[in-house]
Amino acid sequence: MTTTSTEQRGRPELDVAGAAPVRHPLRLLATVGVVVLAAMLGHMLVTNRNFQWDVVASWFTAETIMRGLGMTLMLTAIAMVIGVGLGILIAVARMSGNPLLSAVASGYIWLFRAIPELVQLLFWFNLAALLPRLSVGIPFGPEFASWNTNSLITPLMAAILGLGLLEAAYMAEIVRGGLLSVDHGQVEAAKALGMGSARSLRRIVLPQAMRFIVPPTGSQVIRMVKGTSLVSVIALADLLYSVQVVYNRTFETIPLLIVACGWYLILNSILFVVQGAIERYYSRGSVGGSRPSLRELFRSRRPRNTPGSAIGEGQP
Amino acid sequence: MTSTTVAPLVTARNVRKRFGDNEVLKGVDLTVAEGEVVVIMGPSGSGKSTLLRCLNYLEEIDSGSILVGGDLIGHRVEGDRIRRLPERAIAAQRRRIGMVFQQFNLFPHMTALGNIVEAPIGVNREPRRDAERYARELLDKVGLGDKVDAYPRRLSGGQQQRVAIARALAMRPELMLFDEPTSALDPELVGEVLNVMRDLAASGMTMVVVTHETAFAREVADRAVFLDGGVVVEEGTAHEVLTRPTQERTRAFLSRMT
Ligand SMILES: Nc1ncnc2c1ncn2[C@@H]1O[C@H](COP(=O)(O)OP(=O)(O)O)[C@@H](O)[C@H]1O
Ligand SMILES: [Mg+2]
Repeated sequence: MTTTSTEQRGRPELDVAGAAPVRHPLRLLATVGVVVLAAMLGHMLVTNRNFQWDVVASWFTAETIMRGLGMTLMLTAIAMVIGVGLGILIAVARMSGNPLLSAVASGYIWLFRAIPELVQLLFWFNLAALLPRLSVGIPFGPEFASWNTNSLITPLMAAILGLGLLEAAYMAEIVRGGLLSVDHGQVEAAKALGMGSARSLRRIVLPQAMRFIVPPTGSQVIRMVKGTSLVSVIALADLLYSVQVVYNRTFETIPLLIVACGWYLILNSILFVVQGAIERYYSRGSVGGSRPSLRELFRSRRPRNTPGSAIGEGQP
Repeated sequence: MTSTTVAPLVTARNVRKRFGDNEVLKGVDLTVAEGEVVVIMGPSGSGKSTLLRCLNYLEEIDSGSILVGGDLIGHRVEGDRIRRLPERAIAAQRRRIGMVFQQFNLFPHMTALGNIVEAPIGVNREPRRDAERYARELLDKVGLGDKVDAYPRRLSGGQQQRVAIARALAMRPELMLFDEPTSALDPELVGEVLNVMRDLAASGMTMVVVTHETAFAREVADRAVFLDGGVVVEEGTAHEVLTRPTQERTRAFLSRMT
């Protein structure tokens, strides 16, 4: 059709329903390119004998690999639980308005984010060199119990401390960002109803902050799954370490690294799905992420032009 | 005219409040008798919201005193000393005072019913069944009996504000504070909210209302207080203040309102 717009405006029978979509010639070209590249990659994966897919298959679900996978999952879970729990506490402390709490929280975040993760792991692992004994008692007074640090800080404990405490520093900032994104009017409404600050945080503010906390936390979990591979330096048998133990013996380095990659990819995919489900749960009550204009409408000071709203419905 | 034979429900004396260098309330007195409806009017920035928020201690006052139902708000008298109350005790005082905000402030992650039962169940420890039954009753009363399960975003502004009123009433308050409850609404939605407030006033609820709705004020309010620059410029029966103001500032303000 090449009719001018003035002509079209005058024709009442025009109907855009069933209109042909916009053409994207470049998109088509790019798609073809990607398909060709993917085919080449696939061809290489299948024909290059160095991948040794039979070796990959034979080790993929071997018991030692499974145990390593279990360790990776457990470390990820424990470190994330510590990270989220402690992170919420630190975020709340930082925003508490109490200068001492706020300073302690800021100091924690500053310290743990400044030092590389690997250094922190090594530090916890070697804590015994600094403090040979750990004890519980009255400060500068009698001790009630004491332990040999080397027996208390096992490689597992060092890994949990190293990964969990650092994660808490990152999570604290994520949680704080989420809390700040909740409209202050919500806190005021909760206060006016006689809620204390703990209840208001738990029932009103945190559930709304979750929409902003979940996506970056998902990234953190995925980062943590991979980050746990650092613990192989303190001889803790996670997925990577288990793979290394095998290839140091059999020299099948590439196929065993592919086994590890395969599992990391599978874990990542599962987490991706879980995160989507959690996000959907916490966006209840909102019209939906796909329609941001309606979300803005709720926040706007004067909700004018509300085409979808039932104006005057149920007027008394 | 209301003769106060019994002690008034609200007595604010010489209330002062400053934000930094900005003294927003410069010695305000306010009394509200039980069952009385008082409107607070005045230009923007005159301290109306601040005064209202001091009544339930959302703002801490710098000096003066506020008594609601005989209780000193935010403080306790200990012998000849006055001590600030801990947060728990202030929260308990707020339970007896309902508040309705200009921006509704409904909890967006809860349904209309969830919004209303949250505090009765969580704070007052009411059994869920009782709280829900009363919440449905209140929703019926504000004309939203069919919106029990609706999330706030699905409701118009007027409907949201009516849920907010029901939410405040669910705590069975003895005093209701309204801060410009219709100012964020489209003109055609103002009436439905004012109707609910009119019914509430008729049922004998004690109300302090900041509003620019002069017609509503004339009809429903017993008394009007005109605030300007942090002081009460004029106060009297709503009819007097709104139709025959004695102060120049009140007259000027009302003529701008029309
Ligand atoms: N939290 C606050 N911090 C600093 N200044 C404030 C705050 N709240 C109100 N004010 C100031 O106090 C004055 C009165 O505000 P407000 O009570 O909201 O007036 P009104 O409700 O009559 O429009 C305004 O100048 C406002 O800027
Ligand atoms: Mg105001």
